[in-house]
Parts: sequence; C-alpha cells; structure tokens
Amino acid sequence: MSEKFLQVRDLSVQYRTDLETVYAVNHINFELEKGQTIGLVGETGAGKTTTALTLMRLLPEKTGRVTSGTVTFEGQNIYDLPDETMHTIRGHHIAMIFQDPMTSLNPVMTVGEQIAEALELHNTDGKTREQIEARVDEVLRMVGIPPERKTNFPHQFSGGMKQRVVIAMALVCEPDLLIADEPTTALDVTIQAQVINMIRELRDRLGTAMIMITHDLGIVAQTCDNVAVMYAGRIIEAGTAFDIFKGEIRHPYTVGLFSSIPNLREKTARLTPIPGLMPDPTQLPAGCSFAPRCPHATERCRTEPPSVWRSGTHVIECHLLEGRGGWTKEGRE
Amino acid sequence: MSAAYDEKPLMNLTEEKVEISFKKESQVKEVWRRLKKDKLAMFGLTVIALMVVIALCAPLICPYDDAIKMNMRLKLALPSAKHWFGCDGYGRDLFARCLYGSRVSLTIGFATSFATLVIGSLLGAFVGYTGGKIDDLIMRSLDIFSAIPSTLFAMAVVAALGSGIVNICIAISLTRIPSFVRIVRSAVLGIADQEYIEAARAGGSSTMHILLRHVLPNAIGPLIVQTTANVSMMILSAATLSFLGLGINPPQPEWGALVSEAQEFLRRRPHLLIFPGSLICIASFSMSVLGDGLRDALDPRLRT
Repeated sequence: MSEKFLQVRDLSVQYRTDLETVYAVNHINFELEKGQTIGLVGETGAGKTTTALTLMRLLPEKTGRVTSGTVTFEGQNIYDLPDETMHTIRGHHIAMIFQDPMTSLNPVMTVGEQIAEALELHNTDGKTREQIEARVDEVLRMVGIPPERKTNFPHQFSGGMKQRVVIAMALVCEPDLLIADEPTTALDVTIQAQVINMIRELRDRLGTAMIMITHDLGIVAQTCDNVAVMYAGRIIEAGTAFDIFKGEIRHPYTVGLFSSIPNLREKTARLTPIPGLMPDPTQLPAGCSFAPRCPHATERCRTEPPSVWRSGTHVIECHLLEGRGGWTKEGRE
Repeated sequence: MSAAYDEKPLMNLTEEKVEISFKKESQVKEVWRRLKKDKLAMFGLTVIALMVVIALCAPLICPYDDAIKMNMRLKLALPSAKHWFGCDGYGRDLFARCLYGSRVSLTIGFATSFATLVIGSLLGAFVGYTGGKIDDLIMRSLDIFSAIPSTLFAMAVVAALGSGIVNICIAISLTRIPSFVRIVRSAVLGIADQEYIEAARAGGSSTMHILLRHVLPNAIGPLIVQTTANVSMMILSAATLSFLGLGINPPQPEWGALVSEAQEFLRRRPHLLIFPGSLICIASFSMSVLGDGLRDALDPRLRT
C-alpha cells in the first residue's frame, strides 16, 4: 500500500459512561494527501468533532475510547506513539482551529504570549526571543492584525479578530495538517467570508493539508478538494467535491442536505428539510442509520446494514445502488 | 489611528507600515497603575508596608531589653509620655512588646500564608486538573486532616516537633492547607473544562505547562483573596497556640500572646488588650482590602 500523508482506517470511537455507551464514530475510512483539503460535512452530532479530536488524540480521557481502527499520520499510527512524541506532534505537525474563538483564547494572557507559546514549546531550532517575537509579528500581519496589538488581551478584540488570532496560533508553527473545526460557526456572515478566504489563501501559500469540518455546504464548495458526508458516526458518502455537488447519483441524505439550503435560481415557496432527527447515538438502528428518515427506505434498509459502493472516486453507502451500472461493491468495513 | 484592519488583509499589510502607538507597558506596571486607582487597597498597602518597615527598624526605635525587662514599680502603668501603651502585669513596656511582637507575628503570618499558597495551589491545581483516582485519594486524605479540629491538630504537631517559630509555622500551615486545596481545586475544575485549555493541549502543551501557564493564572482571584485572608487567620492561630502555652516561649512577645496575657487584667486595664488587639485588627483589615484590590488589578478583563 502506498504511503499516504494521513490515513484513517476503520476508526470507531465510543463515549462510555456508567449509564450508556455513545457510538460517536463508527468504522470510518478516509485519507488525505499532502496539501489537499477534505471537508467533513454533516449535521450537528454526526461525529465530526469527535473525529477531529481523535486525530489529535485529545478525546476526553475518562469517557472517550477508540475501539477499533488506526490513524496513520506520515506512516505512523498515532495511537502507538508515546505521550511525549504526541506533545511534539500537536501544535507542530497537526494544529487545530477551534469552533468558538470567544472561549478558545486564554483570557489572562496577551494574544502575543499565546501565539508565542506554541513557538516556545516547539522550539527545535533554538530560536532566540527576538526571532520568536519577529515570527509572532509576522504571523499577526499575515492574518491581518497590526502586530502592535499583540500586547492586548483577548477581550479587547472583536469576535472576527479573535478568530484571526486563533488562526494565527494554529499557523505559527507552519503545521503540515490543519484541522479547522467549524471555524466560522460563531462568526457573523460578513466575517465568515473574510475568514474563509483568509484560511484558503494561507493554506495555498503554506501548502498545508486541511480537514475542514463544517455543516455549511457553501464553505465546502469554496475550499475542499474532497468531501466526506457524515451521518450518525459513519461516512455515508465520500468523493471529490465534484462528485458530491454535481454527481448524478448521491446518497439520499446528501440530496436532503442540498434541498435544505435555499437556492437563488429556483423559485420555491418552502425549503424541504429532512424530516425527523438523527438517531440516538446510544441506540443506533440495526440497518442503515438513515433509514428512519429516508424517503426511499425499504424493509431491507431497516434490517440490513448497507454495503459500500464505489464508482471511480465516488463512494456511497446505500442499498439503493445495488445493481446500478458502473457501481461496484466494496463490502462494508 | 489608521485603519490597519481592512477587507483584504493579506494583500497589502506587509508593505504598508502601520504606525499605531499602543502603550507597551509591562504587565507589572499595568497592575500597579490599576492598583494605585484603588484608594482602599492603597491604604491597606501603606499600612502593611509601614508595619513591615517599623518591625524591621525595631532595634532603632527601642532596645529589645525594654520588651522583656520586668519592672514591678511600673506594674500596670497607664499610658504616658514615657510608656506610650502603658505597661503590662510585670511592668514591661507594652509599646516595646507590641513592636517586637510584630516581628514574630508578621513573619508567621506571611511565611505560613506563602507556604500554604505554594503547596495548596500546586496540589489543588494538580488534583483538580487530573481528576480520577489521584484526586479521590488526595482529597479523601485531606478530609481526614480536616476532621481533626485545627487547634488540636496544630497542638499535636507542635508537641511532636517542639516549639519555636519554624515548627509553629509548619503546624499552622498544615491546618490551613486542606481548605486551601479545596478552594483551588474547585476553581480549577471550572477552568479545566474551558475550551482554551483544550486549545492549549491541541498546541502541544504538557500537563505541567498547562497548569502553571493557563490554569493557575485564571484562578488568581480566589487564590489572592484566600491568601490575604490567611495572613490574619495565621496570626490568630499562632496567637491561639501561644495562649495555650505551645507557641512562642514566654518572655518573647507576640501579638496573640499579648492578647492572652491581657485577659487577666481586662476589667482594670483594658488598654492592655486594646493595643495589641487593634494591631491584629488593623493588620488583618489592611491585608483584606489589599487582597481585594490586587484581585481586581490582576484581572485583565477589568483593565481599561
């Protein structure tokens, strides 16, 4: 097997408490090449953030458990690495942008200190204080904040500015992989566009691979090479952005997602949301997890888990594809 | 102020030299500037500083002999020009005794509060952040300590180690540590869940680094308030031990000991109680208001 930059194989994560077991992520597979961007799309609770935390090995220690699978980053399964190595990987090789800039900055440290912290922790080439300061100035300028403001505290910044600081923190060590966990959810629409443009430009300039976690299909269309649609902890459809947006055949859930967003060109009185809610992750249905909400569901969908079907780069997990020309069975992993 | 923040931040900022003069004050200066605005805190600071200076300069003011030399002719003398605070039951000058007593009391108060602060906050932050079995083990062990009445516990420690300032400090620090750990732990439990702690972990920080750089600075408010409250409580604990005969050895003056000596003459000579008692009150009050002021000054969210 050729060595991929990031390869996630058969990954399952559960949250176990005394009362129940939450099946947060179930046997997912995806991979990422250097410099590419994959979008993880899905409703809230689909397991997107859990997947991100698993990649960083940051699951809550008491409850979160990886029950199967491997995460191979640059040829090493990160779950085989000792804690010390993990400290050097986090922040240096894999960095993360958190969802809410309001709470992901430490209120009692100046933004300059917080950006410099990652540099100090991963100071492998013996940078001096001046070099670190210079780098902080540089990265602040890169995200569009005057370096003079590095002596300010987070509460002196607006939401959009804080998210820029968070992005600066993530990028200061020039990571190989950037995980952006809904980086724009907490921002208003005008700032969203700015931040997305900035992330995109920085990614292109630095050649960083990126996992973009979002529920906004517009952002996916703007930024991603590949897309994985998650539902109830499974990747039910994956492919290139073209496959997902323009493919002839799509998973009923993806179709539902698209008809839930307003379209400027079509005149419709009402949007068609997907009826119902995501299944309870403590009691997933026996068959396809989307069956209870699927307009095409048959008896078989409710009882038998669907297989994975592939056509070129496009992968769909659904019974409806059985017998379709051009689609081959890959078996359920 | 020029608009450095515009729609296309990536394009032109590198060429454009932004000239904005932000005050680059160091953090210590910033805290000091804010503290100065707080009148009450400055009053507290002045009083405490004055007390410390006077205690340090005691030998320049009057000889130690005045504090321990008995003179039965001056027994229970009223305050006068020569003996400002009057004289005690053995004819010793009360002013000199208060003066030299402040050295002992302040030393005990500050040293024990500092020791409690360091040990209590490290332990509290550690158990609060790591949680699990270690947390249970340490907190339950501390519960055992708290179950023993603190005076009794301090007495037992002094009895085991012998009297003397250092042993007294150890004894009363030990009695205060459990409650301090509990306060720090509960503050840390709230902070450990915050997203910026997770962000720090995602940045590759080790547990120790997170505790010292991210968790404890955010808990500084309760730490400072508790520490300044401790100073006065420690002075009182030392006084209690002296009262029971387990503290400072008798001829040596100490505020608490002066109070307990004074109770014998409470009806005839209340000033023997009032002077050392007031000193304890003033020191406690000053420490408390200083603590409150410091807490506000150290919180960057309140800074303007």
